[in-house]
Amino acid sequence: MNSRQNASDVGYSPLAIGLVLVIGIALTIWGAARTHDGPFAIQMYTAMGAFALGLFALVRAYITPNPNAVESRYEDGIVKAGVIASTFWGIAGLLVGVIIALQLSFPNLFYFQDFGWTNFGRMRPLHTSAVIFAFGGNVLIATSFYVVQRTCRARLAGGPWAWFVFWGYQLFILLAGTGYLLGITEGREYAEPPWYVDLWLTLVWVVYLLVFLGTIWKRQEKHIYVANWFYLAFIVTIAMLHIVNNLALPVSFADTFSYSAFSGVQDALTQWWYGHNAVGFFLTAGFLAIMYYFVPKQADRPVYSYRLSIIHFWALIFLYIWAGPHHLHYTALPMWAQTLGATFSIMLWMPSWGGMINGLMTLSGAWDKLRTDPVLRMLVVSVAFYGMSTFEGPVMSIRAVNSLSHYTDWTIGHVHSGALGWVGFVSFGALYCLTPWLWRRERLYSTALVEWHFWIATLGIVLYITSMWVAGVMQGLMWRAYNELGFLQYSFVETVEAMHPYYIIRAVGGLLYLIGALLMAYNLWRTARGDAPEAVTRPNAAPAAVAAE
Amino acid sequence: MWNFHKWFERHSLILVVGILLVVSIGGLVQITPLFFIESTIEEVKGVRPYTPLELKGRQIYVREGCYTCHSQMIRPLRDEVERYGHYSLAAESMYDHPFQWGSKRTGPDLARVGGRYSDEWHRAHLVDPRSTVPESVMPPYAFLEAKDLRTDDIGNHLRTNAMLKVPYAKDQIENAEADLRAQADPNSDGAGAFEERYPTVKARDYDGNTARLTEMDALIAYLQMLGAGVDFSTYQADAPENQR
Repeated sequence: MNSRQNASDVGYSPLAIGLVLVIGIALTIWGAARTHDGPFAIQMYTAMGAFALGLFALVRAYITPNPNAVESRYEDGIVKAGVIASTFWGIAGLLVGVIIALQLSFPNLFYFQDFGWTNFGRMRPLHTSAVIFAFGGNVLIATSFYVVQRTCRARLAGGPWAWFVFWGYQLFILLAGTGYLLGITEGREYAEPPWYVDLWLTLVWVVYLLVFLGTIWKRQEKHIYVANWFYLAFIVTIAMLHIVNNLALPVSFADTFSYSAFSGVQDALTQWWYGHNAVGFFLTAGFLAIMYYFVPKQADRPVYSYRLSIIHFWALIFLYIWAGPHHLHYTALPMWAQTLGATFSIMLWMPSWGGMINGLMTLSGAWDKLRTDPVLRMLVVSVAFYGMSTFEGPVMSIRAVNSLSHYTDWTIGHVHSGALGWVGFVSFGALYCLTPWLWRRERLYSTALVEWHFWIATLGIVLYITSMWVAGVMQGLMWRAYNELGFLQYSFVETVEAMHPYYIIRAVGGLLYLIGALLMAYNLWRTARGDAPEAVTRPNAAPAAVAAE
Repeated sequence: MWNFHKWFERHSLILVVGILLVVSIGGLVQITPLFFIESTIEEVKGVRPYTPLELKGRQIYVREGCYTCHSQMIRPLRDEVERYGHYSLAAESMYDHPFQWGSKRTGPDLARVGGRYSDEWHRAHLVDPRSTVPESVMPPYAFLEAKDLRTDDIGNHLRTNAMLKVPYAKDQIENAEADLRAQADPNSDGAGAFEERYPTVKARDYDGNTARLTEMDALIAYLQMLGAGVDFSTYQADAPENQR
C-alpha cells in the first residue's frame, strides 16, 4: 500500500521538474545572449550548466531506473546529501571568515592590488551567506526532512521534488556566492543575492514548503510534533520576509543590478525587519526545531514541558517580528518605531529563556550523560549559548547601551556568540547524531575526536567573543572620549589602530573553530565509511578524560 | 484552555494560517505607517536625485560592499555631530534605492564625506589606502582606475529610478549618457547643458585624467556629493514639524 501511495505521489513530477529545467535553460540562454554585462553572462552560463546537468540526471534516472532501488520506509538519501553539503559549506564559510578576519588584521598580506574579487567588501557577504544560508540552510533542510518523516511516521512527500529542493538550493548558493565575488549584490545585509537569484530561491522555497506540508498531510500521528511547528514557522516566515524585502526593479532583464522598491528610511526598516528575522526565524526558530528533536532524542528523555513549548512557540514568533528597529536606534527612523522595536526586543527575552529552560530541563534525570556523551554536551552547551546571546541581545537593544555598542565590534561579538555557540554547536550536535543513524553505524568513529572538537571550538568561541567585547566597548568609548579641553580625544584612525591586537585574537579564535569543524568532517567521514569505532581497537579508553583538561 | 491548542496540532493548515497571522502583525504595525505618516521625512531644501555619474558611482559603492565597513548615518550624539557633522536626516536618503546606512564602522562614517578631502586625496587613498592613512585596514581599489565606466545603460538606470518615483525630468533621462560623460569633462561641449540640467552641480575632472572615463571618476563623484546637499542654514531642527 505504501509503495502505491508513493507511486501516485510521484506521478508526473519528473515531467514537471523537467519542464522547469527546460524553461530555465531557455531563459538563461536568452539572458546570456541579450546581455552586455560580463558578470551577468557568467551567472547565466553557470545556471544553464546546472539546469542541463539536472536534466541529464533526470533523464538518466528515467531511462535506467536503479533495479536495486527498493522503496524504503523513509527517504534518507536526501538527508545524507544534506549532511555532506552542510559539512562542506560549513567549512567553506568558516574558512572565508578566517580569511576576512586576517584581512582586517594584516591588510598588506591579504589584499591584492589589481583585482577586487577578494576584497573585504565582497568576501564579507560571501562569509555571512555561506555560514547562514549555505551551512545553516542545509542543516535546516536536512534535519527538517529527517525530523518530519520520523515524527509523522511518513515517507517524504513529493518524490523527486525533494531533490529539486536540495539541488535548487545548492544552485541558489552557488549563484549567490560566485556573484558576490563578481561584484553582484543588492547591497543590503543578508539580502545580497540579485533579483533573479531571489526569484529562483522563491520557487525552491515554495516547493520546500509543499514537500514539508505534504509529508505532514501523510502523517500517521494525530498530532503534529512541536519541532515541526518551529520548522513550519521558519519556512513560512522566511518566505514572507524574503518576498517583501526583495521587492525590486531590475535595470533590465539582462542585467544583474536592480533598484530596491523602497528607499531611505522605509527601505532601512524593511531591511532590518527582514534582517533581524533572518536571525529570528532562520537562525532561531529553525534551530529550535533541531533542539526540540535532537536534545530529547540524544538524552533519551521527553521534552521538559509541553505547555512551555506552546507558550514558547507563539510568544517567540509573535514578538520576534517586532524587534527589527533596534538595529536603527538614533538613526533617522522615527522615534516611535525605535521605541517599539526596543520594547519588543526586551520582551523577547522571556520566550527566549522559556525555550532555553525547556531545552535544558529536558536533561532532568540525565545530567550525568553530559560527562560521557560529548555530542549531548555540545547540544546542551549550544542551548546555554542561546540563553547567553538572547540575554545580551535585549540588553544591547536598550537605547543607552546601543548608543555605545552600535557600529562597533561588540555587535560582531554578539552575533558570533549566537552563531558559533548556538547555531554552530546545535548543528554540529545534530550532524554527529545523524551520521551514525543514517549510515546505520553503531556509533561514531571516535568520541575522543568529538571531545577535541568540543574543547577546541569552545576555546575558539571564548577568544572570539571576549576579544570582540573588549574591542567593541573600547572603540565605542574612544569615539566618545573627550580631553580636558573639551575636544574629541581620538581621531578615527587611532581607534582603528587600537583594534589591531583584538583582530588578531579574533582571527585565532575563528581559526580554532575552523579546526574543530575539520575534525568533525574527518570523524563523520570515517563514521560514514564504517571504519571500526575506536572502542573496538582501544578497549577501556576513557574518551571523556582525553581532553577534559 | 490547553485543549484548544489541539486544533493547531491536528490541522496543519490552521497552524500555517495561525503562524502567518501572528508574524504579520509586527511588520504591518511598524513598517506600513512609514509610508503614510508625512512627518517621517523632513521637508528640507537641497536634496536632489543623483546625477548620472553619481548614480554610477553609487552603484560601484554598492557593488564593492562599502556598506560592510562604512556607515552613512550620523546619530544625534555629541561626539558624532562633532566628528562627522550635522546628524543625518531621513530626507537625505529619500532617493536611495537601496539605503546604505550601514551597521558597522570599521572605517569612519561617510554620510558627510563630500567636500572633506580633495579629489586627488580620494584617488590616492582608493588606489592605496595606506599611502594616505598608514594604519588603515581598507582594501585597495586600484583596479577602478583601469576600468572604463560602462555608459550605455545609464538611461535605463534613470528610467528605473523614475519608475520608483525618483523625480528625474524627461530631458534628464533622455540626455543621461551625454550628462554622464560631461560631468567628468568640464571642457567638453556637453558640460554647459549638463550644468543647466543639474544647476547645483559643477562639471569637473575627478580622477585627473580626462582622456578616460573610469569607474574611479564615478566613485569619487559620488563620494564628493555625500551629505553636501541639505542647506542647514534654513533647516530648523527644533521646529515642531521636524520633531519625530
